Amino acid sequence: MSILEVKDLKKSFGKTEVLKGVSFNLEEGEVLSIIGSSGSGKTTILRCINQLETADSGYINVAGNVFFDGGIKKESASEKRKRQLLVGLVFQDFHLFPQYNVLDNVTLAAKLLAKERADYKHNKKQIIAEIEEKAKVLLAKVGLSEKLSNYPCELSGGQKQRVSIARALIMEPKVLFFDEPTSALDPELTGEILKVIKGLAEDNVTMVIVTHEMSFAKAVSSKVIFMDNGVIEEAGTPEEVFDNPKSERTKAFISKFED
Amino acid sequence: MFEREILETVIPRLADGFIVTLEIFFLTLLISLPAGLIISFGSMSKFKPLKLATKTLVAVIRGTPLVLQLIVIFYGPGLLASWAQSVENPNFLIEWIATWHVMDRFVAVIASFSLNYACYFSEIYRGGIESISKGQYEACQVLGMTKTQAFFKVVLMQVVKRIIPPMSNEIITLVKDTSLARVISIYELIWAGEVFIKLNGLLWPLLATGIFYLAFNGLLTVVFGKIENKLNYYKT
Repeated sequence: MSILEVKDLKKSFGKTEVLKGVSFNLEEGEVLSIIGSSGSGKTTILRCINQLETADSGYINVAGNVFFDGGIKKESASEKRKRQLLVGLVFQDFHLFPQYNVLDNVTLAAKLLAKERADYKHNKKQIIAEIEEKAKVLLAKVGLSEKLSNYPCELSGGQKQRVSIARALIMEPKVLFFDEPTSALDPELTGEILKVIKGLAEDNVTMVIVTHEMSFAKAVSSKVIFMDNGVIEEAGTPEEVFDNPKSERTKAFISKFED
Repeated sequence: MFEREILETVIPRLADGFIVTLEIFFLTLLISLPAGLIISFGSMSKFKPLKLATKTLVAVIRGTPLVLQLIVIFYGPGLLASWAQSVENPNFLIEWIATWHVMDRFVAVIASFSLNYACYFSEIYRGGIESISKGQYEACQVLGMTKTQAFFKVVLMQVVKRIIPPMSNEIITLVKDTSLARVISIYELIWAGEVFIKLNGLLWPLLATGIFYLAFNGLLTVVFGKIENKLNYYKT
């Protein structure tokens, strides 16, 4: 069964129809890149799956859990939250917590969640130590071992984004989503983020990446979707979409990124 | 003019007044700081009637003088009671109102000051809370935090940092506003100084009260400055 299943997803903001019926599947360990011009609905797909927006109709399933099936049902906040933990999202603008240092940014949510464990009172010290250890491993992985006690305002954009990737990873989401992770960065800093994401792909982390970095998408993805005006104009392997695009719109879009 | 015995009478009287001033100040803060937060939640509520009710309350309190509120709260219950006692064939509500007594002066002062300052604080809180970017809440949500955790663990501290300057302004104003309590015969600092004009024809004790206000506000300014510095370890 697919780890991520999206069927006929529709979403309007007022009179603007942003998603006009989007369907795709993703298998465990795969990396999906979503490309397309601004306003084509890429980010809205991510926001709907991550429960930051409610779609108007359609179906979303993550790791066997129905996230959305068209109706707005009455449910407790804790059910929504349980689903929330299955997905992770890295924002374009990082949204780190400015008053916490790098290590605390990464551990905060995990520590709060651990408080709900039945054995928390007995093993408090050990649980906290485990979380901090895990955070340090992740921060080492993204190359920030030297910055544990620095505050976000002391970091470069690329470093901030690497903290936010570690912060998402510590919750061990089934699928990790990236919303244009390099768009807020200076060009010379995008490389360090792309390297981190490539490393995650090699570790078989299931990811969905909205990006404008074409050569990166081509190199890292198992699947590529080209969005245009709220619909999937073309989908396939990177070779199919980048080297042999069938649709004229895809061709026109991709040629803009070639020299 | 500054004979020793006069000084020995004046200083303790001023100190007595100053203690009342401090009582009004601290009790008002103790109540209005949390009450303001509750009012700010009301004025940001998605439940329209609650939002309208809180906004109206804030508009009335901010739109009328504190002196007037003090008088209404102090004399109001007694006036209503004497009216209720004169009603023929009273229903149970009017019968109940008829049993009201004149309020205790000090209770009336604390009640009206707390209400007044809670409304001002609520607007400062609201401004602070609304200035925090939506992204902070969204980051908390996708990390699986509850709304309560997001507010208390992430948002609140950023709000505190932003509202310290306007709050210190308002709190310093409160120190001086305590002098309004004398309109319902509370023996506070200004009253304590004024007494000597009538009693001995001395003006300087009244002028000397200024030193108390100045010293206390100076202390507050230093404290707020320290807090601001302490929160300067990060930038948003």
